[in-house]
Amino acid sequence: MNDRPAVAIQGLTKQFKAGVTALSGIDLEVQPREFVSLIGPSGCGKSTLLRIIGDLIEPSAGTVEVNGKTAHRARLDHDYGIVFQEAVLYDWRTVSKNIALPLELLRWSKEQRTTRVAELIGLVELEGFEDHHPWQLSGGMQQRVAIARALSFDPALLLMDEPFGALDEMTRERLNLELLRIWEASGSTIVFVTHSIPEAVFLSTRVVVMSARPGRVSAIVEVDLPYPRTARTREEPRFFELVTEVRERLAGSEVAV
Amino acid sequence: MTATLQRRAVDWGPAVVVFVLGIVLWQALVVAFDVKDFLLPKPTQIAQTFWDERSSLWHAGIYTFKEALGGFAIGSSLGILSALVFANFRWLGTAFMPFAVAANAIPIIAFAPIFNDWFGLLNPFSKMAIAAVLCFFPVLINTLRGLTSVDPRAIELMRSYAAGNVSIFRRVRIPASLPHMFAGLKIASVLSMIGAIVGEYFGGPTTALGVTILNASAYSNFTLAWAGIVLASAFGILFYGAVAAAERLATSWDPSHRDFQTE
Repeated sequence: MNDRPAVAIQGLTKQFKAGVTALSGIDLEVQPREFVSLIGPSGCGKSTLLRIIGDLIEPSAGTVEVNGKTAHRARLDHDYGIVFQEAVLYDWRTVSKNIALPLELLRWSKEQRTTRVAELIGLVELEGFEDHHPWQLSGGMQQRVAIARALSFDPALLLMDEPFGALDEMTRERLNLELLRIWEASGSTIVFVTHSIPEAVFLSTRVVVMSARPGRVSAIVEVDLPYPRTARTREEPRFFELVTEVRERLAGSEVAV
Repeated sequence: MTATLQRRAVDWGPAVVVFVLGIVLWQALVVAFDVKDFLLPKPTQIAQTFWDERSSLWHAGIYTFKEALGGFAIGSSLGILSALVFANFRWLGTAFMPFAVAANAIPIIAFAPIFNDWFGLLNPFSKMAIAAVLCFFPVLINTLRGLTSVDPRAIELMRSYAAGNVSIFRRVRIPASLPHMFAGLKIASVLSMIGAIVGEYFGGPTTALGVTILNASAYSNFTLAWAGIVLASAFGILFYGAVAAAERLATSWDPSHRDFQTE
């Protein structure tokens, strides 16, 4: 069961109606428990790729499997949770009710929901803010609510589209540490889109470097830094070597096109 | 609690002062320049007539307000229902909305005599109908805008949870549309009073407020006409206020109401 890849993509191509080829010939496998970052210049289609994995956009050609099923089946089975750059919280719901929304859709009972929401509030450290409305929270707190909501139904796969891109550097580094802690605690697989090379290296087991127009996988960098990673990790020579390697691969991919 | 009252006083104080000064200035100018009644009666005279005629005025006011309320209820319900249909079947919206926007720009009140012919001069439904048509378009247009201008990622997120169309409407589109819908309902509350009163100007029972105002001014009873206008204004303002209060209750979560301190 668990030896199936969490995500298996073969020969994936996406053309938009305007004739723009967003993605071309993507082959990628993500194993269970991996943390894979997609990094590349603007317009390389990394967000599009994430949405195709989530069955929010249809590919033009190629196949996408999630947990051994079609992406469509996986979406209907609630196999993944997704987090966007903006928290996209529902203003009319409190923090607790935002987190509980997917559970309502899954028809969990009220008691089950209350118990689960309390666990998640603890996990993302938002005790005391349960009854606040989204606009009463800082950007970093809103994003933690969005992460708790995505984790609420314990999906095997977490898709994250630049979740910390709109936050300041300090909040971002703190949430990076939190995300690793959550990832280790929840045992999920994460596919993470980012613009930030240090962020990709710090978080990931593998960094997938993409090139633009059309979007292709131009290199995959294995990150052999040991877990648990801490603030110290960012100061290790090996961290800098890997950052440099990803940066060169990115630069190389741009020159090549 | 006292802090709230104090803040209220600070918020409303200037408006109350302007109101009182306005009435005093009106009275003073009418007295000073000896303005004739048919041009502008004194506020004290209007108040006196209002008191003397309170019973018949009140009944006329209630009669007309019921027409306005009925028209508001019919027109707004149909407006909201149509908006839901158009939001769900986009091609229908594309086909019909240009006409709704055009209809919203024409003086619908001009149809009032026709409605009186259709439904009967003395039938309150003729006034409800004109009020309903007046209410329909702003409610439709605003509600539809609310239902369709939802952040696309809010919809994507619901799809990621495998939520169906009904669920997306119930949990996202409808709550998100409430501030827009209430903007339309507030316009409609004002239009419904205008529709009922103006409809009555084209004919109606003598128990109606519009007819009272019309007859009073026709027979040179100007203070009674003004007393009727004051009552019509009071009903209009109270109705608007009631809708605005309902909005506060229904959309207390809306960040645009953020005039209170929460932390």
